[in-house]
Amino acid sequence: MANWQWFHKWGSPRWFYQFSGRLLPWLAIPALLLLVGGCVWGLAFVPADFKQGNSFRIIYIHVPAAAVAMGGYMLMATAAAVHLIWRMKLAAIVMKSAAPIGAALTFLALLTGAVWGKPTWGTWWVWDARITSVLILFFLYLGLIALHQAFENRDAAARACAVLAIVGAVNIPIIYWSVEWWYSLHQPASIKFVGESTIHPTMLRPLMATLSGMYLFFGWVLLLFVRAEIIEREKNTRWVQALVSGK
Amino acid sequence: MGTSTVMFAVLRRDLQAALRRGSEWSNPLLFFLMVCSLFPLGIGPERQQLAVLAPGIIWVVALLASMMATDGLFRGDYDDATLEQLLLSPLPLYPLVLAKTFGHWLVSGLPLSLLSPLLATILQLPSEGLAVLMVSLLLGTAVLSFIGAIGAALTVGLRKGGLLLSLIVLPLYIPVLIFGSAAVKSAIDGMAYLPPLAVLAALLMAALALAPLAIGGALRISVDQ
Repeated sequence: MANWQWFHKWGSPRWFYQFSGRLLPWLAIPALLLLVGGCVWGLAFVPADFKQGNSFRIIYIHVPAAAVAMGGYMLMATAAAVHLIWRMKLAAIVMKSAAPIGAALTFLALLTGAVWGKPTWGTWWVWDARITSVLILFFLYLGLIALHQAFENRDAAARACAVLAIVGAVNIPIIYWSVEWWYSLHQPASIKFVGESTIHPTMLRPLMATLSGMYLFFGWVLLLFVRAEIIEREKNTRWVQALVSGK
Repeated sequence: MGTSTVMFAVLRRDLQAALRRGSEWSNPLLFFLMVCSLFPLGIGPERQQLAVLAPGIIWVVALLASMMATDGLFRGDYDDATLEQLLLSPLPLYPLVLAKTFGHWLVSGLPLSLLSPLLATILQLPSEGLAVLMVSLLLGTAVLSFIGAIGAALTVGLRKGGLLLSLIVLPLYIPVLIFGSAAVKSAIDGMAYLPPLAVLAALLMAALALAPLAIGGALRISVDQ
């Protein structure tokens, strides 16, 4: 028999609160260092692109935001499955907390994409396959948040959202593939992003820094959300009251 | 009682109820008809322009009509606790949910698809696209019914379900819309229309296999709360 003690530990909000408190600086400091350092490196020291000039530099925010927004959905769906299968309370909290962060990052990706599109393509919005996919991802996040808010019963909200998150996760590959297909059917491939494989190493290194910084940032903010939610849910317990009164 | 007997009984009961309350199946059809006739008023009556837009318009409006019909899919059964009886029965939930969703498609998606050639004619859709439009709607609305049923099952216990349902379900409808309207456009342009139709059929098979599981799970949550 496997030792399941770790599982019960992770299911205990109190233990997780204490554990995550110790984890916070280990996420926050590298996240800020990598994000700020990567941005300064990318904005000030990387040579300008010979075609796009300086406007490409928004990539250092745009790509990490988009990547982490997608990764965030998968994390949320995984937490949803864990909650549905084992009824783990912590997983429900993680799922609920990941949604607004993911939605915000998706919005950031769309916004920076639009700002990037104006000088590059001459228009704020293009119905490009990737932009459209990210827009749909944004809708999926918003639908999930709206569903959660509609329930009065917290447990029912968590379970209903878990079902929707899993349905969304099953659908995401289908949606991406259909949007790719739709795009290739309608548009000649005249507009292209800088392909990830064709990007020059001097441009890629700061991107790697901001990308990993963004993942850490997501983890950090997620923990902050989760901790706030734990305190909210456990506010009537003795340990939270002791914590608040500073004993 | 065997599973098929119960499935048939559920289906018969739903169809009977829908036929006796005519508005259940006629309202989405009227919505389909009215909204489609709004487009020429908004865009202009030019034949060529309408012909280009017709596949997209018909598909989007059919999608909205199907979604509106889905909202009431479980509501009546939820209110009079029939749903609870279905969940309590010793039979697996999968065939019951399948029967309910199929019954819903028979009174929403099927008449919608059968009516579509009429609307296509009003919207000046070239005649090459008529048959493909109908087939694409037959397959596509079935997928929409399954996806919509997931949303309906999740929101059935909520007082303000209607608008919420659309927020949940519309992003998931997108692949059906893409392949459905693409099939019609391909047929009009004289290109191969079978590949998108085949994709729609594949989506239907996937929905048939997976959606009832999600619908059943969602129903349990809605009834439990």
